[in-house]
Amino acid sequence: MIWVDTLVQGILLGGLYALFAAGLSLVFGIMRLVNLAHGDLIVFAAYLVLMGVTLLGLSPWVAALIAMPLMFALGWLLQIGVLNRVLGKDILPPLLVTFGLSVALQNGLLEAFSADSRRIPAGALEGASLDLGIVTVGVMPLLTFISAIIVIVALNALFYHTALGRAFRATSDDAVTAGLMGIEPKRVFAMATGIAMVVVTIAALYLGMRANFDPSIGPARLIYAFEAVIIGGLGSLWGTLAGGVIIGVAQTFGAAVNPEWQILAGHIAFLAVMLLKPRGLFPRAVD
Amino acid sequence: MLLETHNLTASYGQFRALFGVDIAVDTGECVAIIGANGAGKSTLMRSITGIIRNEPAMVLHWGEPIGARPSAEIMKRGIAMVPEGRRLFPSLSVEENLLIGGQARKGDGPWNLEAVYDLFPILRERRKNAGTALSGGQQQMVAIGRALMSNPELLLCDEISLGLAPVVIRDIYAALPKVRAGGTAIVVVEQDIGKALAVADRVYCMMEGRVTLVAKPADVTRQDIHAAYFGEAA
Amino acid sequence: MYKLTTRTRAGTATAILIVILVLAGLALPAVATRGIIQDLFFILTMLTLAQLWNLLAGYGGLVSVGQQAFVGIGAYAMFAGVILAGWNPVWAILLGGLAGLVLAVPTAFFAFRLQGAYFAIGTWVIAEVTRLLVAQWKTLGGGTGTSLPREATSNILGTDAIRALFGVREAAARDILAYWLALLLVVLVTGGIYWLLKSRLGLALSAVRDNSEAARSVGVDTGRLKWAVFLIAAAATGLTGALIFMQTARISPDAAFAVTDWTAYVIFIVVIGGIGTIEGPILGVIVFFILRSALADYGSWYLMTLGLIAIVVMLFAPKGLWGLISARSGLHLFPVRRRLTGPKIEGGF
Repeated sequence: MIWVDTLVQGILLGGLYALFAAGLSLVFGIMRLVNLAHGDLIVFAAYLVLMGVTLLGLSPWVAALIAMPLMFALGWLLQIGVLNRVLGKDILPPLLVTFGLSVALQNGLLEAFSADSRRIPAGALEGASLDLGIVTVGVMPLLTFISAIIVIVALNALFYHTALGRAFRATSDDAVTAGLMGIEPKRVFAMATGIAMVVVTIAALYLGMRANFDPSIGPARLIYAFEAVIIGGLGSLWGTLAGGVIIGVAQTFGAAVNPEWQILAGHIAFLAVMLLKPRGLFPRAVD
Repeated sequence: MLLETHNLTASYGQFRALFGVDIAVDTGECVAIIGANGAGKSTLMRSITGIIRNEPAMVLHWGEPIGARPSAEIMKRGIAMVPEGRRLFPSLSVEENLLIGGQARKGDGPWNLEAVYDLFPILRERRKNAGTALSGGQQQMVAIGRALMSNPELLLCDEISLGLAPVVIRDIYAALPKVRAGGTAIVVVEQDIGKALAVADRVYCMMEGRVTLVAKPADVTRQDIHAAYFGEAA
Repeated sequence: MYKLTTRTRAGTATAILIVILVLAGLALPAVATRGIIQDLFFILTMLTLAQLWNLLAGYGGLVSVGQQAFVGIGAYAMFAGVILAGWNPVWAILLGGLAGLVLAVPTAFFAFRLQGAYFAIGTWVIAEVTRLLVAQWKTLGGGTGTSLPREATSNILGTDAIRALFGVREAAARDILAYWLALLLVVLVTGGIYWLLKSRLGLALSAVRDNSEAARSVGVDTGRLKWAVFLIAAAATGLTGALIFMQTARISPDAAFAVTDWTAYVIFIVVIGGIGTIEGPILGVIVFFILRSALADYGSWYLMTLGLIAIVVMLFAPKGLWGLISARSGLHLFPVRRRLTGPKIEGGF
């Protein structure tokens, strides 16, 4: 019975990782951009939400709702001002620029908020749990998982059933021909990054409500997110959820054996998938 | 004049592909550009549509310099292209490929999804298929329909008969008069001289990056075309 | 009468200048303070790491974000040699190089299956896995780390001679020894890379970097070439890691496997200086050190500035500062390009 419980906790944890990864998956799938600052942007958004809660006295949900357009604008500007200039066949320039951004963000946050760990107060939800008969699950992890599914359903609907999504897919296929259709690839990319930052804000809300965070934890979230994206396969959002769940389950089982093996087990699951399927489990697009 | 190029030059790095090309297209016209492989026809199309950027004044749209404008802006001005090799979007279905053509611009005119399906009825049956699952001729129909969806003033067709069976080429060329009837001017770029002469009001022949002949199809002899197409020695 | 040569006048001048600098560097501890020696040790080891990353990414096209794996494993192997086997730290440094090499084999086997961005993330994950595994090694302090034992640090090979020579305390003598070894290492690594680039292997490397398909078609074995570059860089990175932590004499998994210190800064040095040149990392490390000294009192502002400078350089001078300089002046201090020399060729074309 303990294994069922571990499995369920792992799947729910996977929801958090899928939230970390969904924005990354979107951006990576559309423009093959490796954003090494993604984890730090999540942490940045968490501080943004925290400020809304502590300075303005808002509830975390309202604070996140206000942070979303701000993060969208930030992503849009980041893409137009910086990332569009370095996108190209060579993956090195975007990698280096986002690495620079990662270090700059981490240290900027450190300067602004100090190294103390913080938490977004979630009120009654903190520690609340739900008895499902076989297992008892925390309300917060369950909410996270449901949010992950809603985010992925919404992104898929956007991707496959709207004109913008059509533009995303067309630009991803062939940016030059997309230009002949009157689509400006650079603006499409800016929209994609903006939307990814909205998802980042949702991820940040749960990151901050579930556990303590400080300016240094971004890179580790980035790795989990990337692992989820790569396991799932390029361009597949449901694959990203599957990837997140695989890492989450591996981590909880690792932790069940020995608490020190939690993170390690997640990475090893990733390495194992990569050895067997170097392009991930459900690759949609060709890299 | 709807579209003019003035002394248009273009290079790929050290290699010069166009040496001062002048062409003009007016409303409702059908103009053919013929020439052998490497004559510079596709480079000319890429320059007009902004895939290759040039000096602003080298390309004029109603007298306005657009030579340095990006593709998307040129398309929104009403110049649509059927690119060489069709270039359908593999992630999009047939219908989505058509829809995306009219997404950024919906000009005045007869073209919409239904009209395109009436023009090429086979596409209606295959609307849900992936664009790339179609035969070459059907893909070409999608590419033409996609360009028509914006009701362009001018339709540029780059090598639309390339690699297709004669019977398929006939079907595709049969659509061009209907396009003209809808008020769209056409430029067809062709290696097939016969096809080009049959539809065009005016024909430009290119060789090695230069225009070597401009004429009305009725006024030229085979010898004129032969000389302009292959060079004087022929 | 005609011959292909890489020799240029600037190249010869550089060679002479380097010999003078190295000799001066060897003699420097006689006059310099301990602080200067420590700063120079830092500069030299960072330069070594930067040259090695540049070899990987700038010449080999292998954009690794996991070089901290080799720094860390090299450092831990050195500690293991000293603490578990009772080796003298100087010899244990060699063990660090060996450990880097050994770790590189499974890493390459895994990472070479991945392309582009996947490769970068894959190497990072392997570095994390190595860190977490090493943190399980309880005899070397587990997650909290450990120090070199007193009896080992007081008996490092050659420190007695240095104490006698310069009349300094034991700790200072250890710094001087570490500094000399760092000088030796940077000369060997830079010289080795220069030699590599001038050799047939270097020609093959630039062919692969410019067009890997074409290189393969003319018979360059790109797979073996990548393996060779990766293993060489890993072994030398292991040596550098071992040396760095011999000087600090204290180790922990977080410090030894720090992605920021051993990969991010190293990448910034290469990018700011100029990727794909030997001069670039040298210029980069100087800029890095000046920034660090100038902004030392401002804590994290310094790192923030560094990150922003890397972005600006990438946006406006993607070939780095050295790229700007050599484009203006045509200067090549480490000429690797082959040029045809001989009497002037007359006539057309």
